[in-house]
Amino acid sequence: MVKVKSTQDKKKGHFQAVVYVKLKDGVLDPQGSTIKRALADMGYKGIEEVRSGKVFEITLNSRNRKETEKLLDQICKKLLANPVIEKYNFQVR
Amino acid sequence: MKFGVIIFPGSNCDYDAYRAVKDVLKEEVEFLWHQDTSLNDCHCVILPGGFSYGDYLRTGAIARFSPIMKEVVKFARKGGLVLGICNGFQILLESGLLPGAMLRNQSLKFVCKHVYIRTEVIETPYTNLCKTRQVLRIPVAHSDGNYFISEEGLAGLKDNNQVVFRYCNASGELQPGYNPNGAIDDIAGICNEHRNVLGMMPHPERASEGILGSQDGRYLFRSVVRFVKKEKGI
Repeated sequence: MVKVKSTQDKKKGHFQAVVYVKLKDGVLDPQGSTIKRALADMGYKGIEEVRSGKVFEITLNSRNRKETEKLLDQICKKLLANPVIEKYNFQVR
Repeated sequence: MKFGVIIFPGSNCDYDAYRAVKDVLKEEVEFLWHQDTSLNDCHCVILPGGFSYGDYLRTGAIARFSPIMKEVVKFARKGGLVLGICNGFQILLESGLLPGAMLRNQSLKFVCKHVYIRTEVIETPYTNLCKTRQVLRIPVAHSDGNYFISEEGLAGLKDNNQVVFRYCNASGELQPGYNPNGAIDDIAGICNEHRNVLGMMPHPERASEGILGSQDGRYLFRSVVRFVKKEKGI
Protein backbone atom coordinates (compact mmCIF):
# COMPACT_ATOMS: atom_id res chain seq x y z
CA MET A 1 0.00 0.00 0.00
CA VAL A 2 0.92 3.64 -0.22
CA LYS A 3 3.51 4.90 2.28
CA VAL A 4 2.40 8.05 3.98
CA LYS A 5 4.48 10.11 6.42
CA SER A 6 3.14 10.15 9.93
CA THR A 7 1.49 13.33 11.17
CA GLN A 8 4.38 14.11 13.50
CA ASP A 9 7.08 14.57 10.86
CA LYS A 10 4.74 16.28 8.38
CA LYS A 11 5.66 19.87 7.54
CA LYS A 12 2.96 22.40 8.23
CA GLY A 13 0.76 22.93 5.14
CA HIS A 14 2.29 19.94 3.42
CA PHE A 15 -0.29 17.35 2.45
CA GLN A 16 -0.21 13.98 0.81
CA ALA A 17 -3.28 12.69 -0.92
CA VAL A 18 -4.27 9.48 -2.60
CA VAL A 19 -6.94 9.82 -5.27
CA TYR A 20 -8.89 6.81 -6.52
CA VAL A 21 -10.71 6.97 -9.85
CA LYS A 22 -13.04 4.10 -10.73
CA LEU A 23 -15.57 3.41 -13.44
CA LYS A 24 -19.13 4.06 -12.29
CA ASP A 25 -21.28 1.06 -11.51
CA GLY A 26 -23.05 -0.04 -14.65
CA VAL A 27 -20.29 1.17 -16.98
CA LEU A 28 -18.75 -1.81 -18.76
CA ASP A 29 -15.15 -2.42 -17.79
CA PRO A 30 -13.53 -4.52 -20.55
CA GLN A 31 -10.19 -4.54 -18.68
CA GLY A 32 -11.77 -5.69 -15.44
CA SER A 33 -13.71 -8.50 -17.11
CA THR A 34 -10.62 -9.68 -19.01
CA ILE A 35 -8.63 -9.82 -15.75
CA LYS A 36 -11.48 -11.75 -14.15
CA ARG A 37 -11.42 -14.31 -16.99
CA ALA A 38 -7.64 -14.60 -16.70
CA LEU A 39 -7.91 -15.27 -12.97
CA ALA A 40 -10.48 -17.99 -13.65
CA ASP A 41 -8.16 -19.52 -16.27
CA MET A 42 -5.35 -19.48 -13.68
CA GLY A 43 -7.49 -21.60 -11.43
CA TYR A 44 -8.64 -19.00 -8.91
CA LYS A 45 -12.16 -19.88 -7.96
CA GLY A 46 -14.80 -17.64 -6.51
CA ILE A 47 -13.67 -14.36 -8.09
CA GLU A 48 -17.01 -12.65 -8.61
CA GLU A 49 -16.04 -9.37 -10.13
CA VAL A 50 -12.96 -7.30 -11.02
CA ARG A 51 -13.25 -3.57 -11.65
CA SER A 52 -10.18 -1.67 -12.82
CA GLY A 53 -9.32 1.89 -11.86
CA LYS A 54 -6.55 4.41 -11.34
CA VAL A 55 -4.67 5.68 -8.32
CA PHE A 56 -2.88 9.02 -8.09
CA GLU A 57 -0.55 10.07 -5.28
CA ILE A 58 -0.44 13.82 -5.00
CA THR A 59 1.81 15.89 -2.74
CA LEU A 60 0.80 19.49 -2.29
CA ASN A 61 1.15 22.60 -0.18
CA SER A 62 -1.95 24.32 1.02
CA ARG A 63 -3.19 26.29 4.02
CA ASN A 64 -5.24 23.62 5.70
CA ARG A 65 -7.03 20.34 5.23
CA LYS A 66 -10.30 21.95 4.19
CA GLU A 67 -8.60 23.90 1.42
CA THR A 68 -6.73 20.78 0.32
CA GLU A 69 -9.94 18.82 0.01
CA LYS A 70 -11.61 21.59 -1.93
CA LEU A 71 -8.69 21.75 -4.33
CA LEU A 72 -8.58 17.98 -4.81
CA ASP A 73 -12.30 17.88 -5.48
CA GLN A 74 -11.84 20.52 -8.14
CA ILE A 75 -8.97 18.79 -9.94
CA CYS A 76 -10.80 15.46 -9.82
CA LYS A 77 -13.84 17.02 -11.45
CA LYS A 78 -11.86 18.97 -14.01
CA LEU A 79 -9.13 16.54 -15.00
CA LEU A 80 -8.51 13.32 -13.10
CA ALA A 81 -11.98 11.81 -13.57
CA ASN A 82 -14.48 12.02 -16.39
CA PRO A 83 -17.84 12.33 -14.62
CA VAL A 84 -19.64 10.68 -17.54
CA ILE A 85 -18.03 7.31 -16.84
CA GLU A 86 -16.00 7.65 -13.65
CA LYS A 87 -16.36 8.32 -9.94
CA TYR A 88 -13.63 9.32 -7.53
CA ASN A 89 -12.71 9.61 -3.89
CA PHE A 90 -9.57 10.63 -2.03
CA GLN A 91 -7.80 10.43 1.29
CA VAL A 92 -5.72 13.28 2.66
CA ARG A 93 -2.97 12.82 5.22
CA MET B 1 -13.53 28.60 -47.99
CA LYS B 2 -10.81 27.80 -45.49
CA PHE B 3 -10.22 24.72 -43.33
CA GLY B 4 -7.96 24.65 -40.29
CA VAL B 5 -6.27 21.49 -39.03
CA ILE B 6 -5.14 21.60 -35.41
CA ILE B 7 -1.83 19.99 -34.51
CA PHE B 8 -1.66 18.69 -30.93
CA PRO B 9 1.50 17.04 -29.59
CA GLY B 10 0.90 13.49 -30.77
CA SER B 11 -1.51 14.19 -33.63
CA ASN B 12 -0.65 11.87 -36.51
CA CYS B 13 -3.45 12.30 -39.05
CA ASP B 14 -2.93 16.05 -39.36
CA TYR B 15 -1.11 15.79 -42.68
CA ASP B 16 -3.67 13.30 -44.03
CA ALA B 17 -6.48 15.75 -43.29
CA TYR B 18 -4.45 18.62 -44.74
CA ARG B 19 -3.84 16.66 -47.93
CA ALA B 20 -7.47 15.61 -48.29
CA VAL B 21 -8.53 19.25 -48.20
CA LYS B 22 -5.71 20.75 -50.23
CA ASP B 23 -5.03 18.14 -52.90
CA VAL B 24 -8.35 16.33 -53.14
CA LEU B 25 -10.87 19.08 -52.46
CA LYS B 26 -8.56 21.81 -53.78
CA GLU B 27 -9.67 24.14 -51.00
CA GLU B 28 -7.64 26.43 -48.77
CA VAL B 29 -6.29 24.88 -45.58
CA GLU B 30 -3.81 25.80 -42.87
CA PHE B 31 -2.37 24.17 -39.78
CA LEU B 32 -3.26 25.59 -36.38
CA TRP B 33 -0.85 25.00 -33.51
CA HIS B 34 -2.22 23.78 -30.17
CA GLN B 35 -0.76 26.81 -28.43
CA ASP B 36 -2.29 29.30 -30.87
CA THR B 37 -5.06 31.49 -29.60
CA SER B 38 -6.72 32.26 -32.93
CA LEU B 39 -8.48 30.10 -35.51
CA ASN B 40 -7.40 32.54 -38.24
CA ASP B 41 -10.89 32.90 -39.70
CA CYS B 42 -11.16 29.26 -40.72
CA HIS B 43 -14.71 28.21 -41.63
CA CYS B 44 -14.23 24.63 -40.51
CA VAL B 45 -11.79 23.40 -37.89
CA ILE B 46 -10.63 19.77 -38.00
CA LEU B 47 -9.34 18.02 -34.86
CA PRO B 48 -7.36 15.19 -36.44
CA GLY B 49 -6.67 11.65 -35.31
CA GLY B 50 -3.63 10.58 -33.34
CA PHE B 51 -2.55 10.15 -29.76
CA SER B 52 -2.53 13.65 -28.33
CA TYR B 53 -0.41 13.78 -25.18
CA GLY B 54 0.21 10.06 -25.52
CA ASP B 55 -3.41 9.31 -24.57
CA TYR B 56 -2.23 9.80 -20.97
CA LEU B 57 -4.91 9.82 -18.27
CA ARG B 58 -7.76 9.36 -20.78
CA THR B 59 -7.82 9.90 -24.53
CA GLY B 60 -8.25 13.61 -25.21
CA ALA B 61 -8.24 14.51 -21.51
CA ILE B 62 -5.12 16.68 -21.63
CA ALA B 63 -5.55 18.09 -25.14
CA ARG B 64 -8.84 19.68 -24.19
CA PHE B 65 -6.92 22.13 -21.99
CA SER B 66 -4.69 23.33 -24.86
CA PRO B 67 -4.92 27.10 -25.43
CA ILE B 68 -6.45 26.57 -28.89
CA MET B 69 -9.34 24.59 -27.41
CA LYS B 70 -10.68 27.71 -25.69
CA GLU B 71 -11.06 29.23 -29.14
CA VAL B 72 -12.56 26.04 -30.56
CA VAL B 73 -15.19 25.98 -27.81
CA LYS B 74 -16.06 29.65 -28.40
CA PHE B 75 -16.20 29.06 -32.15
CA ALA B 76 -18.44 26.01 -31.75
CA ARG B 77 -20.79 27.82 -29.37
CA LYS B 78 -21.23 30.50 -32.03
CA GLY B 79 -22.15 27.86 -34.61
CA GLY B 80 -18.72 27.36 -36.22
CA LEU B 81 -18.04 24.01 -37.89
CA VAL B 82 -15.87 21.66 -35.84
CA LEU B 83 -15.07 18.15 -37.08
CA GLY B 84 -13.37 15.74 -34.70
CA ILE B 85 -11.96 12.57 -36.21
CA CYS B 86 -10.97 9.66 -33.94
CA ASN B 87 -8.71 11.29 -31.30
CA GLY B 88 -10.38 14.56 -32.37
CA PHE B 89 -13.75 13.01 -31.44
CA GLN B 90 -12.31 11.95 -28.08
CA ILE B 91 -11.11 15.52 -27.45
CA LEU B 92 -14.58 16.89 -28.30
CA LEU B 93 -16.13 14.50 -25.77
CA GLU B 94 -13.66 15.49 -23.06
CA SER B 95 -14.20 19.18 -23.77
CA GLY B 96 -17.96 18.78 -23.42
CA LEU B 97 -18.75 19.94 -26.96
CA LEU B 98 -20.31 16.51 -27.54
CA PRO B 99 -22.02 14.29 -24.96
CA GLY B 100 -20.76 10.89 -23.76
CA ALA B 101 -17.32 9.36 -23.27
CA MET B 102 -14.98 6.77 -24.78
CA LEU B 103 -14.14 3.45 -23.20
CA ARG B 104 -11.48 0.93 -24.18
CA ASN B 105 -12.57 -1.29 -27.11
CA GLN B 106 -14.52 -4.30 -25.93
CA SER B 107 -11.85 -6.59 -27.46
CA LEU B 108 -9.09 -4.60 -25.68
CA LYS B 109 -7.33 -4.62 -29.05
CA PHE B 110 -6.28 -1.84 -31.35
CA VAL B 111 -8.65 -2.15 -34.31
CA CYS B 112 -7.39 -1.02 -37.70
CA LYS B 113 -9.56 -1.92 -40.69
CA HIS B 114 -12.15 -0.70 -43.17
CA VAL B 115 -15.67 -0.70 -41.75
CA TYR B 116 -19.09 0.17 -43.11
CA ILE B 117 -21.06 3.00 -41.58
CA ARG B 118 -24.62 4.01 -42.31
CA THR B 119 -25.50 7.68 -42.66
CA GLU B 120 -28.43 8.13 -40.30
CA VAL B 121 -28.87 11.87 -40.61
CA ILE B 122 -28.29 13.82 -43.81
CA GLU B 123 -29.46 17.21 -42.55
CA THR B 124 -26.02 18.19 -41.27
CA PRO B 125 -23.21 20.31 -42.71
CA TYR B 126 -21.16 17.10 -42.96
CA THR B 127 -23.60 14.72 -44.66
CA ASN B 128 -25.78 16.88 -46.90
CA LEU B 129 -24.42 15.20 -50.04
CA CYS B 130 -25.22 11.69 -48.76
CA LYS B 131 -28.45 9.87 -49.37
CA THR B 132 -30.51 8.73 -46.38
CA ARG B 133 -29.06 5.48 -45.03
CA GLN B 134 -26.16 5.67 -47.49
CA VAL B 135 -23.45 3.19 -46.57
CA LEU B 136 -19.88 4.52 -46.53
CA ARG B 137 -16.75 2.38 -46.41
CA ILE B 138 -14.22 4.15 -44.21
CA PRO B 139 -11.34 2.83 -42.06
CA VAL B 140 -11.14 2.93 -38.28
CA ALA B 141 -7.89 2.79 -36.27
CA HIS B 142 -8.26 3.04 -32.52
CA SER B 143 -8.03 1.39 -29.10
CA ASP B 144 -10.64 3.56 -27.41
CA GLY B 145 -13.67 3.81 -29.67
CA ASN B 146 -16.21 2.13 -27.44
CA TYR B 147 -18.64 5.03 -27.24
CA PHE B 148 -20.61 5.23 -24.01
CA ILE B 149 -23.44 7.45 -22.85
CA SER B 150 -26.04 7.11 -20.08
CA GLU B 151 -29.50 5.77 -20.94
CA GLU B 152 -31.03 9.22 -20.69
CA GLY B 153 -28.23 10.66 -22.79
CA LEU B 154 -28.79 8.04 -25.47
CA ALA B 155 -32.51 8.75 -25.52
CA GLY B 156 -31.68 12.44 -25.96
CA LEU B 157 -29.33 11.72 -28.87
CA LYS B 158 -32.00 9.66 -30.60
CA ASP B 159 -34.81 12.15 -29.96
CA ASN B 160 -32.76 14.96 -31.48
CA ASN B 161 -31.44 12.89 -34.38
CA GLN B 162 -27.86 13.35 -33.28
CA VAL B 163 -26.62 9.86 -34.14
CA VAL B 164 -25.14 10.60 -37.56
CA PHE B 165 -23.30 7.31 -38.27
CA ARG B 166 -23.81 3.70 -37.14
CA TYR B 167 -21.60 0.69 -37.82
CA CYS B 168 -23.37 -1.73 -40.18
CA ASN B 169 -22.74 -4.44 -42.78
CA ALA B 170 -22.13 -3.77 -46.49
CA SER B 171 -25.86 -3.57 -47.15
CA GLY B 172 -26.47 -1.13 -44.33
CA GLU B 173 -28.02 -3.54 -41.83
CA LEU B 174 -27.12 -3.31 -38.17
CA GLN B 175 -25.89 -6.77 -37.30
CA PRO B 176 -23.72 -8.34 -34.63
CA GLY B 177 -20.10 -8.58 -35.69
CA TYR B 178 -19.97 -5.30 -37.59
CA ASN B 179 -19.44 -3.03 -34.62
CA PRO B 180 -15.63 -2.94 -34.26
CA ASN B 181 -15.40 -1.67 -30.68
CA GLY B 182 -18.59 -2.41 -28.74
CA ALA B 183 -19.93 1.15 -28.97
CA ILE B 184 -23.39 1.55 -27.49
CA ASP B 185 -26.17 1.33 -30.09
CA ASP B 186 -23.52 0.80 -32.86
CA ILE B 187 -22.70 4.52 -32.72
CA ALA B 188 -19.80 5.57 -34.97
CA GLY B 189 -20.43 9.31 -35.03
CA ILE B 190 -22.61 11.94 -33.40
CA CYS B 191 -23.30 15.65 -33.74
CA ASN B 192 -24.39 18.27 -31.24
CA GLU B 193 -27.93 19.60 -31.12
CA HIS B 194 -27.13 22.45 -33.46
CA ARG B 195 -25.41 20.06 -35.90
CA ASN B 196 -22.31 22.23 -36.30
CA VAL B 197 -20.04 19.90 -34.28
CA LEU B 198 -19.46 16.35 -35.52
CA GLY B 199 -17.34 13.64 -33.92
CA MET B 200 -16.65 10.30 -35.58
CA MET B 201 -14.30 7.39 -34.99
CA PRO B 202 -13.81 6.38 -38.69
CA HIS B 203 -11.26 8.39 -40.68
CA PRO B 204 -12.80 10.06 -43.76
CA GLU B 205 -9.43 11.60 -44.66
CA ARG B 206 -8.04 8.08 -45.06
CA ALA B 207 -10.79 7.31 -47.55
CA SER B 208 -10.50 10.29 -49.83
CA GLU B 209 -8.57 8.90 -52.80
CA GLY B 210 -8.88 5.77 -54.95
CA ILE B 211 -5.36 4.67 -54.11
CA LEU B 212 -6.38 4.45 -50.45
CA GLY B 213 -9.05 1.85 -51.22
CA SER B 214 -12.11 4.07 -50.80
CA GLN B 215 -13.20 7.55 -51.72
CA ASP B 216 -16.30 7.61 -49.54
CA GLY B 217 -14.73 10.07 -47.10
CA ARG B 218 -15.05 12.74 -49.79
CA TYR B 219 -18.78 12.94 -49.13
CA LEU B 220 -18.06 14.51 -45.75
CA PHE B 221 -15.52 17.06 -46.90
CA ARG B 222 -17.54 18.00 -49.99
CA SER B 223 -20.67 18.38 -47.86
CA VAL B 224 -18.81 20.86 -45.66
CA VAL B 225 -17.66 22.86 -48.68
CA ARG B 226 -21.17 22.88 -50.11
CA PHE B 227 -22.66 23.95 -46.78
CA VAL B 228 -20.18 26.75 -46.16
CA LYS B 229 -20.36 28.11 -49.71
CA LYS B 230 -24.15 28.12 -49.58
CA GLU B 231 -24.34 29.63 -46.08
CA LYS B 232 -21.64 32.23 -46.44
CA GLY B 233 -22.07 32.87 -50.15
CA ILE B 234 -18.38 32.36 -50.85
